[in-house]
Amino acid sequence: MEGVIALYIVMLAAFTGYEIIARVPVILHTPLMSGSNFVHGIVLVGAMVALGRADTVLEQVIGFIGVVLGAGNAVGGYVVTERMLQMFKASGQKNQKKKEPA
Amino acid sequence: MQGLLPDHVATLAINISYLLVAFLFMMGLKAMSSPVTARRGIVVAGVGMLIGTVMSFLYPGMGNFALMLAAIAIGGGLAWWSGRIVAMTDMPQMIALYNGMGGGAAAAIAAVELLRMASADPVAAAAEHGPVVTALATTGAFIGTVSFSGSLIAFGKLQGLIKRSFRFKGQQIVNLLIVGATLALGASIVISAHPTMQTVVLFFALALILGVTMTLPIGGADMPVVISLYNAFTGLAVAFEGFVLENAAMIIAGIVVGSAGTLLTQLMAKAMNRSLGNVLFSGFGEGAAAAAEGVTGALKPIEASDAGVMMAFAQKVIVIPGYGMAVAQAQHKVWELCQLLIDKGVMVRFAIHPVAGRMPGHMNVLLAEAGVPYDLIADLDEINAEFDTADVALVIGANDVVNPVARTDKGSPIYGMPILNADKAKNVLVIKRGQGAGFSGIENHLFYLDNTRMVYGDAQKVAAELIHAVKAAG
Repeated sequence: MEGVIALYIVMLAAFTGYEIIARVPVILHTPLMSGSNFVHGIVLVGAMVALGRADTVLEQVIGFIGVVLGAGNAVGGYVVTERMLQMFKASGQKNQKKKEPA
Repeated sequence: MQGLLPDHVATLAINISYLLVAFLFMMGLKAMSSPVTARRGIVVAGVGMLIGTVMSFLYPGMGNFALMLAAIAIGGGLAWWSGRIVAMTDMPQMIALYNGMGGGAAAAIAAVELLRMASADPVAAAAEHGPVVTALATTGAFIGTVSFSGSLIAFGKLQGLIKRSFRFKGQQIVNLLIVGATLALGASIVISAHPTMQTVVLFFALALILGVTMTLPIGGADMPVVISLYNAFTGLAVAFEGFVLENAAMIIAGIVVGSAGTLLTQLMAKAMNRSLGNVLFSGFGEGAAAAAEGVTGALKPIEASDAGVMMAFAQKVIVIPGYGMAVAQAQHKVWELCQLLIDKGVMVRFAIHPVAGRMPGHMNVLLAEAGVPYDLIADLDEINAEFDTADVALVIGANDVVNPVARTDKGSPIYGMPILNADKAKNVLVIKRGQGAGFSGIENHLFYLDNTRMVYGDAQKVAAELIHAVKAAG
């Protein structure tokens, strides 16, 4: 990739990231952090390439570990974020965990 | 090696799919900025991840597909299982763990690249990567590795596997020496373009050690800062390795996370009125013991039954949960209590300090789990004006975030930290396990005020007693 083009991407992405999170209400900080934690799970595709191009046994071992870790990041990040977000409800909404008032 | 598609078609398809991935990630994160659309947001981002992963199998010149599928099954399977069973109170350590895995994966990508350079002959090594790419790979390796070992230590501490904060004199100097040595090795890798195997291995070993020594001295209450910092680290490491692999999806996603994580880290540090350097390099509470004087009055205990009556006849109650509520798993009982009060016509609100708990927004997640609607939950800026009109401020397992010395005592280590003004309420009820000082070791003047009453006991048990008392109050 052209170096300068890559810098453009970096600059635009940095501003986008900043703008997106700057507007997030405090109550969503955890899901947002865990959501961005999921997003960097895209490292999985890089690890797949590293493993796919590995020639020696050592490279294969490291690549394998990389894919295991990357898949863990992506899947784990998704599962916990989804679990947390599905709990957020407004007053009017029904919540199956609501206890019967005595 | 022969792929499914001709090389140029596969490359084009992958690049287009990565564009889509980046778009879906942005849409997903955007949707997460409102509680109404947040759940849709993670699903959108998830679709993006799925597309990116599937398309990446088409890369030209790849092999080891069986290994790849096995690794995805192992890593994904374990993470799926652990993510489903983890309790909401244990969420901070799971996020630290998954984050560390991402950092480790980025470091592994760099390791493969650097080792290939080390094992190739000098001419081929120089031809493989220019110095810029090598520098990016090395930087990403450094950040990713620190994030990996640091997050694992954070996980260990939050999980209770590591109980102590290890501090010794000159610790900062040792850390700085390790940073210096690691950076020097990294620089030598970049300059030589053909590093020896030993250099690369030593480089990674030092970076691993640095993550450990950096994180070990950091105490539990500083964890929100540390977790968001390592999240940003992993994002940056992923972006750097994205440059190396010329992978636009990794660059964009990594930078977005890096910048978002940096902002969140700043927010957390600001909420503690401390700089990031202060969190990382100085043990909290040093010199705090001297500031303990100036407490007047005594701790005045109250029975849960009387406290319950006090709340039952209040007009407005503000609940301030802290880490103690999480430890006692009391969130369900607390909400049950609040529902009783609401049914009696009491106005109930929850006040959340940004660094309450062990990660950003920790309390919000626990309250949401118990079923508290998010419109009853207010953050610091919204709620602080309302304490004047509250009859009861109910503090559950929170300490430093309600300590008025942060406003008044210039000598206190927490001076200047924004706090919840619980002391402005007509009555303050504090549920606390014992009489000890908080994490910081600072005496809490709130507990000694004339209008403060202490209810000693496990938060869950006390909440149950309060429920009983409120019911009895008719």
